[in-house]
Amino acid sequence: MSNTIHDMGGMHGFGPIEEEENEPIFHTEWESRVYAMNRAMGPLGLWTIDEGRAAQEMLPPSVYLSASYYQRWYLGLVHRVLDHGIAGADEIAAGKSLRSSDNPPQIFKPKDAEGLTRGSFERPSSAPPQFKPNDTVRTRNVQPTSHTRLPRYARDKLGTVEAIRGCHVYPDSVTTSADEDPQWLYTVAFSAMNLWGENCDTTVRISIEAFEPYLELA
Amino acid sequence: MSSDHSDNTEMSELSDIQVRVRSLETVLTEKGYVDPAALDAIVEAYETRIGPHNGAKVVARAWSNPDFHKALLEDASKAVNSMGNVSPVGSHLIAVENTPDWHNMIVCTLCSCYPWEVLGLPPTWYKSAPYRSRTVIEPRKVLAEFDVTLPKETAIRVWDSTAETRFMVVPIRPNGTENWDEEQLGSLVTRNSMIGTGLALNPEDVA
Repeated sequence: MSNTIHDMGGMHGFGPIEEEENEPIFHTEWESRVYAMNRAMGPLGLWTIDEGRAAQEMLPPSVYLSASYYQRWYLGLVHRVLDHGIAGADEIAAGKSLRSSDNPPQIFKPKDAEGLTRGSFERPSSAPPQFKPNDTVRTRNVQPTSHTRLPRYARDKLGTVEAIRGCHVYPDSVTTSADEDPQWLYTVAFSAMNLWGENCDTTVRISIEAFEPYLELA
Repeated sequence: MSSDHSDNTEMSELSDIQVRVRSLETVLTEKGYVDPAALDAIVEAYETRIGPHNGAKVVARAWSNPDFHKALLEDASKAVNSMGNVSPVGSHLIAVENTPDWHNMIVCTLCSCYPWEVLGLPPTWYKSAPYRSRTVIEPRKVLAEFDVTLPKETAIRVWDSTAETRFMVVPIRPNGTENWDEEQLGSLVTRNSMIGTGLALNPEDVA
């Protein structure tokens, strides 16, 4: 879903930013296990990074806001494990495998952590990019009910293309079908005036990373 | 969990989270999807090798070496991977440089995208609703909460990480460091200065 609580840019009322002195990397052991399970299962090709994001965005707003960051990662991982039939709810509740599973994939090994990097989502393009740096573009006025990476605050706004960032898996397609549907990605910058209107700080510019279907020439 | 669960069901899943996470790990291990030793190795990597000390080395090299500085701004992934003394980074790392005219800040309003490979895992405040909601609309007030006051004539650029590009800020090199070597310079580069919610330390701060 897209117009849900995760899309927070420009919202009011969340209060001051609280910095924790000498914050540990993980606060508890379970946080580190949730993080590591997500990282170890990411490269298996079972799902894409956006399917993981979409699983968290489906949480009811009250749960999203009251859960901690790693609690959300846990809930999102459970959702995908169930959704992909990797394990059943009864097995997760029991804390053990109750049925044999077929064809476990090639898994993440300890040595794979040595050169651990993020996966790449860049893909070959089927057409040249439609926009170029310095083009004036308008972001589309869309309200998709499925996953998107076009934030609400930057829809139907005039901006300027600054850079072409390659052709990447298109989050909006890959979360609704099996199709990666690669699309060109651009850095698009907006004046604060175009996003926030009068009384904004006019010395501010804001950019998003926008996939080509989010844009039209203005 | 399914999307038609009530809020109460989902919240109850969060009680005893430690037990529940252990249960999930056991099931996934028995099913052959995770290797607990590999999980240990991932945690160890983030607790030791991968962290903001890598980003600090990158910034210190950029401050010291004009060729590297140029290469970093052109293609940060390639430049960082050429260093040899920092852990590897994946594709599409982008370095953005502060100047007296422009101050850069990084945020992810939609989730919590962060340049893990050069800065490690993000602090809780970076992933929090206040930072994610406010940075794009009132960055100067956000900076004030980090005790950063920029000159009025310095414009602010906020980068919202909405795709698989990742950003790091190259802060301004402090005055009085002309004869410093890379290791000394690295000691001035804080995590927050590479997110844009801080400035590099001054020599007297580390004296």
